[in-house]
Amino acid sequence: MPELPFPLPTVQQVIFSMIAVLTVLGALVVVLAPNLFHSALGLVAAFFGAAGVYIIAEAEFIGVSQVLIYVGAISTLITFAIMLTRGMMFGATSPRNRQWGTAAIITSLTFLVLVGIVSSVPWPAVGEPISQGHEIIAGLGRAFVNEYVVPFLLLAMLLLVALAGAIVLARDYK
Amino acid sequence: MLSQWGFVLILSAIAVVIPVAAIVLGHFLGPRRPDPIKTDVYESGVETIGDTWVQFRAQYYLIGLIFLIFDVEVIFLFPIAVAYADLSFFSVIAAVTFVIILLLGLFLEWRKGALEWT
Amino acid sequence: MNWSDALIQLQYDLGAPQELSWLVEGVTYFIGAFILANAALILALLLIWITRKVISRIQDRIGPNRIGPYGLFQTVADALKLLSKEDITPASADKISYLLAPVLSVVGVLMALAVIPFGPALIGADLNVAVLYLVALGSLGIMAALMAGWGSNNKYALLAGFRVVAQLLSYEIPMVLAMLAPVLLVGSMSMQRISEAQSLYLGPINLGIGWFIFLLPGAFLIYLIAALAEAEQTPFDLLEAESELIAGFHIEYSGMKFAMFFLAQFLNSFFLGAIAVVLFLGGWQGPFAAQIPLLGPIYFLAKTFLVYIVIQWIKGTFPRVRIDQMMQFAWKVLVPLALALITAQMIIMKLPLPIWINYALLLAANIAVVVAVLNILGSYFEREQVRSKRAFAPRSLIGTMQPVQSSSGD
Repeated sequence: MPELPFPLPTVQQVIFSMIAVLTVLGALVVVLAPNLFHSALGLVAAFFGAAGVYIIAEAEFIGVSQVLIYVGAISTLITFAIMLTRGMMFGATSPRNRQWGTAAIITSLTFLVLVGIVSSVPWPAVGEPISQGHEIIAGLGRAFVNEYVVPFLLLAMLLLVALAGAIVLARDYK
Repeated sequence: MLSQWGFVLILSAIAVVIPVAAIVLGHFLGPRRPDPIKTDVYESGVETIGDTWVQFRAQYYLIGLIFLIFDVEVIFLFPIAVAYADLSFFSVIAAVTFVIILLLGLFLEWRKGALEWT
Repeated sequence: MNWSDALIQLQYDLGAPQELSWLVEGVTYFIGAFILANAALILALLLIWITRKVISRIQDRIGPNRIGPYGLFQTVADALKLLSKEDITPASADKISYLLAPVLSVVGVLMALAVIPFGPALIGADLNVAVLYLVALGSLGIMAALMAGWGSNNKYALLAGFRVVAQLLSYEIPMVLAMLAPVLLVGSMSMQRISEAQSLYLGPINLGIGWFIFLLPGAFLIYLIAALAEAEQTPFDLLEAESELIAGFHIEYSGMKFAMFFLAQFLNSFFLGAIAVVLFLGGWQGPFAAQIPLLGPIYFLAKTFLVYIVIQWIKGTFPRVRIDQMMQFAWKVLVPLALALITAQMIIMKLPLPIWINYALLLAANIAVVVAVLNILGSYFEREQVRSKRAFAPRSLIGTMQPVQSSSGD
């Protein structure tokens, strides 16, 4: 085999690139699609991409939770919100408004700052994994009810408040 | 462990190809005689009045919200279930408290009539 | 040895170079996934035939009996007919979501194959998060239904799309909570580990009948009811309610695109049955399955087909519920009971008692749940029976009808 000027990408890198392309394309559809329902579909694609990135990083549990919560619940909720409003559902809405120029500048700057941070941080080299597969999930479970038991119960309170808020928001007053 | 997900990836590719192939095959095998009546919206032989959008109940949105909250709760219960064997009794009580707080939320919804579908 | 290890070894024996290990693995997985996915297609033909035969027997008919032995090839003929149908796309449909929806619904169902253990060494991918993975796939089905409902640009389809989401979301919570019960017992979400845990050792011999249904009948019942709703089967098929919404979200679909929704629905009920078998009915475990490995897949398929037939039996006998009844049953009966059951199980299994007392208490809690669910269902059906008898009774009898004392055989 002739020598290549660069090392061949590993399978993982190839798959990561595909997932990255899917995520970015999905995100672009969210921003650029004139139809809000198509934006919601783009959002789903981007969520799937994010789940794929988690799985490649061996965080299977987070990846699956991502699909379960973001695709299963959040996007459905967003779609509902779109469908409940007549004007948004059919017909094109312009993806731009008066502030799109400013927004574009600000997001580009944020992006540059993020790139700067990511490339300047000395990331620790990958050593031995702390735990693997099944142990990761079990460790997470132990952490919830031992070290982090107070935040965990506060989270339950937060969810309770959210439930109460949901009633106030969405109830039809008769 | 990642190679296991390789199987999932390959299966998902095949799972996409199968329905696409079937639909494309059906598209080319079937006859094609389009006419405006045929491609019109079906409404039991009656012409559709207005656009597809009809007034929807806000209740659907409320169910979505309640579902989201319980979904998050269930996600938190799964790692605890996996770690259950080496949890102390105190930890289990913490987990149970978590469930009971949410059960309170469900009863709150119930009292406020958010679960009624009238 | 796992099937994939065996296949990888075979390729190396045939002279595959060691440095291309990723390709060897890829080829192995491709072969496995290809066989699995195509077997599922053939399975779907069989499932539709079973459904028709069971339903027709219940309705005192014979069912398909012309093509092939016992009409077995009727579905093949139907598939060919659908293939030759015109591919109509409504002019006002949103092309992207309209065309993507049937594909997505099949993908969401076929992906479940990856984690189903057919035998001790026969599992596509033994994921550590298999149980949650299966639940997450359900969200693909929800998206597909929403896309079909919205994309068809049809009032019936959109209404059905909304109903689908309300139904699938509501029943997902009790289903997941019921799935949590075996996970709590085993301490793993891997389907293979859950299957393995359901063995019963008598000395050194594995009898293979330590099925969780004997310990968790309550969780099984909740799972079964929720799975019926998730599979959009008859007591809960109001999202396609032929008499009100014509066909639900796939009303505007014809030919092969319709066939894809049909395929997805039948495979989905089969797979939900398969999950019930893995979680509660011992998976591939059974008498002598440990000694004769070939028995594993046979037991697994036999149990799954049995569950499938039971689902069709329910489909053939129960009337459709109304949307308010359906929603209330999920949120006011199943969710509180499932949560109570999980809480009870968490506490009971940690009590410092001899282990068999723990198990006995767990079983008692489960039986209490079964009794509660059956009582609620029973009183509901009794009420409905009185109501429908009143509705169809001659006018003069209204007001004189008494609640039905015993079933009169109708």
